[in-house]
Amino acid sequence: MLQRLRESKSAQGTLLALPTTVWLFVLLIIPLFLTLIVSFGRRSPDGNVIYTFTFENYTRLFGYSTNCANGQPSCFDPLYVNILGRSLSLAFNTTVLVISLAYPLAYFIARAHPKQRNMYLFMVLIPLWTNFVIRVYAWMMLLRKEGAINIIIGWIAHFLHIPFTPFEMLYTPGAVLVGMVYEFLPFMILPIYTSLEKIDLSLYEAAADLGANAIKTFLRVTLPLSMPGVVAGTILVFIPVMGTFIVSDILGGRQVILVGNLIQRQFLDARDPTFGSAASLILMVMTLIVTYFYTRKFGFGEEIVVA
Amino acid sequence: MNPFRRSPFVLTAAVLVYIFLYAPIIGLVLYSFNASRANVTFEGFIPKYSDRIVMEGSLVKSSPCGPFHWYCELAKNNDVAEAAGNTLTIAFIATIISTIIGTMAALALQRYNFKMKPFSQLSLYIPIVIPEIVMGIGILTLFSQFFGWVNETFNLVGNARLSLGMATVTASHIAFMVPFVALVVQARLQGFDKSYEEAAMDLGANEWITFRRVTFPIILPGIMSGALLAFTLSLDDFVITFFTNGPGSTTLPIYVYGLLRRIITPQVNALSTVWILVVFVAVLLLQILQNRESKDHS
Repeated sequence: MLQRLRESKSAQGTLLALPTTVWLFVLLIIPLFLTLIVSFGRRSPDGNVIYTFTFENYTRLFGYSTNCANGQPSCFDPLYVNILGRSLSLAFNTTVLVISLAYPLAYFIARAHPKQRNMYLFMVLIPLWTNFVIRVYAWMMLLRKEGAINIIIGWIAHFLHIPFTPFEMLYTPGAVLVGMVYEFLPFMILPIYTSLEKIDLSLYEAAADLGANAIKTFLRVTLPLSMPGVVAGTILVFIPVMGTFIVSDILGGRQVILVGNLIQRQFLDARDPTFGSAASLILMVMTLIVTYFYTRKFGFGEEIVVA
Repeated sequence: MNPFRRSPFVLTAAVLVYIFLYAPIIGLVLYSFNASRANVTFEGFIPKYSDRIVMEGSLVKSSPCGPFHWYCELAKNNDVAEAAGNTLTIAFIATIISTIIGTMAALALQRYNFKMKPFSQLSLYIPIVIPEIVMGIGILTLFSQFFGWVNETFNLVGNARLSLGMATVTASHIAFMVPFVALVVQARLQGFDKSYEEAAMDLGANEWITFRRVTFPIILPGIMSGALLAFTLSLDDFVITFFTNGPGSTTLPIYVYGLLRRIITPQVNALSTVWILVVFVAVLLLQILQNRESKDHS
């Protein structure tokens, strides 16, 4: 046995990879299958799962309702469809905003003097590694009616002699958007920086020799070559934004409900794991479809590992 | 064209983004010195040191710790100490296990050919492409169904009943940390000059000695940064922990989240500030480690 192991490269490889593969199989792949099975089940009165095969959870998620106002047997209830749509558009808006903030900063760092580059990068890493929950809390304090943003706007208004009454920014869709952008900004800066830094500087000389101006050089050289970073960053931002529930929970109060909140409540408050599982699978399918089409168009950069 | 040229637009945008990144953090730190217990507005620093805490309404007038009043309160808080202990215990155990098995997997995937290789490689990408909440509720379902079945089948009662706790959190952390360790180590192995190993073999070293004396020291910095990354991911994790923790396994992020839904005193800010300082030191260490490594390579 030991002799065979010493000679067989294939057996050695299998053995080395076995612990990881088994661990991931048990704690990532089996749970996914279990979620699938549970999503076809039905909730028992005490909140447990009755294993059957019904599409009820899915039809309910897509608006089929038997709880209708005017005595009809069934009708369309857009509640959950709206939640899915809201999550998608929030993820989209967040990603676009994050790209437009991250790109200039990544460009600035990549073109900074090599001696200062590490310090600028370090300044991005500190907010990145500051805990997610703490960062949401920081915005909670800023966005409050009595918070710093209202105070600063008040000062400016006072200076300009414009009347201004502080208003509640917390618990609005805007607060959730700002929080999401803040949370995920560093995840976009790092991959874009990595791809920008790789660009061969002689390409710029070539572009200049061929008579391209700054804008043309950016559009024809810099932007295309930094696309792998943008793609990797988008994956690192879009997917988690789709599933996050803390930001909307804390900054949106009970006003802004996303798929993440819906799923979380099914497992904790409402105690309907079957409906929660169905929502969670729809969430997964939505992110996989978006990621698939996006990466098929632009490729899947190795930048993703760097961040 | 000078590549180090900075356009005023890029410079302005960069400064504004840095302000956006740091303003909330600075605000957070400032409010940790707030004299107001209600912590809604900043009522100035706590002015005086005294033998005991003097309050006037919700304002702290003086304290044995002066302006650092909330840090002293934090130090006295047993819940925080317990949560910090749990967080570190989980992170240490999960980092050790995930670093060992992740490095093994990276070696296997980079150096060997075997039947389940495509499957192993693919499974490493799961935590990247699937939202954390999907993993979280999946693992919760697995544990609750399995534990329910075991408890029922073996008629377990009282403390013998299986339930969510430190073990489930640690096991779940390993599941999402291993892929990161494996991918980082794999990336280092890709840029590895094989001639060192060939030289060792030519000089008569067997495979094990070659690994221990040549391969391992060369990839060690890679393993270390993988481990440090995994450790930070574990300390920082909220979602997976949220769904897999049970009584007695509250971690710091879970504890803070719980506080945010109740009364928030400047103690939360003091805790956040200490945490940010720890992160600062950790990131600094990581950077020094990586710099040293890139110097070794060149």
